Amino acid sequence: MSLKRNIQELRERKIEVQKGGGDKAIEKQAAMGKLTARERILAILDENSFHEYDMFVSHLARDFNMEKKILHGDGVITGTGTIHGSPICIYAQDFTVAGGSLGLMHARKITKIMDHALKMRVPLIGINDSGGARIQEGVNSLAGYGEIFFRNTLASGVIPQLSVILGPCAGGAVYSPALTDFVFVVENISKMFITGPSVIKTVLGEEISMEELGGARVHCETAGNAHFYAKNEQECFDQIKKLIELIPRSNTEKAKRVETKEPRKEYNIEEIVPENARLPYDIKDVIRSIADDSEFFEIMELYAPNIVIGFGRLDGQTCGFVANQPKYLAGVLDCDSSDKAARFIRYCDSFNIPIITLEDMPGYLPGVDQEHMGVIRHGAKILYAYSEATVPKITVIIRKAYGGGYIAMNSRHLRADFVFAWPTAEIAVMGPEGAANIVFRKEIQEASNPEAMRKQKIEEYKEKFANPFVAAAQGYIDEVIEPTETRSMLLHALSVAENKSVSMPRKKHGIPPF
Amino acid sequence: MDHTDEKDYGEYPTLSISSGLYKTGLTKKFKERKNWSVPNPKKIYAIIPGTILDVYVKPGHSVKKGETLLILEAMKMQNQITMPFDGKIKKVYVQPDEVIKKLHLMIEIQ
Repeated sequence: MSLKRNIQELRERKIEVQKGGGDKAIEKQAAMGKLTARERILAILDENSFHEYDMFVSHLARDFNMEKKILHGDGVITGTGTIHGSPICIYAQDFTVAGGSLGLMHARKITKIMDHALKMRVPLIGINDSGGARIQEGVNSLAGYGEIFFRNTLASGVIPQLSVILGPCAGGAVYSPALTDFVFVVENISKMFITGPSVIKTVLGEEISMEELGGARVHCETAGNAHFYAKNEQECFDQIKKLIELIPRSNTEKAKRVETKEPRKEYNIEEIVPENARLPYDIKDVIRSIADDSEFFEIMELYAPNIVIGFGRLDGQTCGFVANQPKYLAGVLDCDSSDKAARFIRYCDSFNIPIITLEDMPGYLPGVDQEHMGVIRHGAKILYAYSEATVPKITVIIRKAYGGGYIAMNSRHLRADFVFAWPTAEIAVMGPEGAANIVFRKEIQEASNPEAMRKQKIEEYKEKFANPFVAAAQGYIDEVIEPTETRSMLLHALSVAENKSVSMPRKKHGIPPF
Repeated sequence: MDHTDEKDYGEYPTLSISSGLYKTGLTKKFKERKNWSVPNPKKIYAIIPGTILDVYVKPGHSVKKGETLLILEAMKMQNQITMPFDGKIKKVYVQPDEVIKKLHLMIEIQ
């Protein structure tokens, strides 16, 4: 009889906690177009797979009348579950409970699930929807943030860490997402900034809306802090599930291999790339013409679109694609595209994902702004990331591979395992126009018709150097291949590289040009 | 799902890179970049946004290098803006209590 009563009490307590901040607060959350923390977790995880931890944790604050306040779960829900049957640790801040503010016990729940994720080697998903530090708890809430950031750093490169911004995430709180691998944002819901619009207005006199300052689009397009942009929460959850399917659970595993599927017929590799090297095309079509089932899962679609990064499968195996995009800025390397690619290369290397590089770019972007922003230091990140990576590294040179860019885009010299070139490839120290002007300067100047001479010399240079054969003669290119052979050569290369093993000099860690 | 603004590729603009001219799209960030210009040492701009607390000079004043021209409070700090070289004040563009943005022209020297 007493057992029955105890069980009854347990059930009642659970129901009470599951109400979060109560009906009114939940209504308010809905009015803002947001799901509740619990709804979000259930939408992301497989059905009936969620197990909640620390449901009855309560805060310890005793100042400012806090002792009288009941905060269910202390404003955060934590637990484990599965996505596509694969285990996941997850936490979601509950904005309906004290605005999802972070106090000591709230932070302890998060750090406990983080420790769990790291120990069990499973991915961690954090859903941020919080007004920030719980001011009544003072320095304890700052300590809480610090403990989270420290664990984000420890877990970096060991388990995948995903941050989902589904509400405000302001002040110091932004540094947890910034330390994680992938940040997901949703239009009109995500707000991320160090200093909010009201402070900016009073201190600096600059007027700006929250959306313009730190909305989803800004972080994806301009600031580069977020990796996935979605129009609504459901699209965001679909992106999370897709990503989890493609990546391994931890750095000791490979991504799950699935059955291979030939690319779809509508992507005909021979018809995508224009012969004229000055005309643009969409490099994503080339990726789709190569990848299994023509599926390409792009990362940072809106930021520095002159380089394309993302995952696709080859022979059922997840690969990271890094590709210049001639459709934007002729596919040049610049500060932003270098940052974007370098970080992705390091991600792939940490998690045993082979890297496929598709190259078609005329070099680094010229300009005072680029030089003054430090394109030297930023550009060096790509060199560092490729050189350091020990996963299988395969390059396909499609058209232009000029100068420093040629070296940077996973060249043989940075220990690419395979370098293939299409017959349209131009591997040279610079483009024919620039080179002819320097090499034949005197002849052009002294000619009776300098313009005609210039044209003739450019043609001569093109004939001699704008092809893959000079590099192939040196062994810098392994093979010149026909475009239609690209996929089969990549599959072959990957199978040869299956057991790749290289050893790097022992060190505590390198000093990349951060 | 495609989230780019540009749905119709249409006609591409031309971009000049040292190795040649390319037909290619421009990014928003590239289009909105500021062109660099030679700085004019006679114009003193705010290098940080803030509030003018006090202005010590008037047009026509001769000021020695290193003397304080005005106080710009920014980031909880009262920054002394000093004269970069000996000269005469041509025009003062700010007054006490004015809140100014970054790169706001404060003082011009003759």
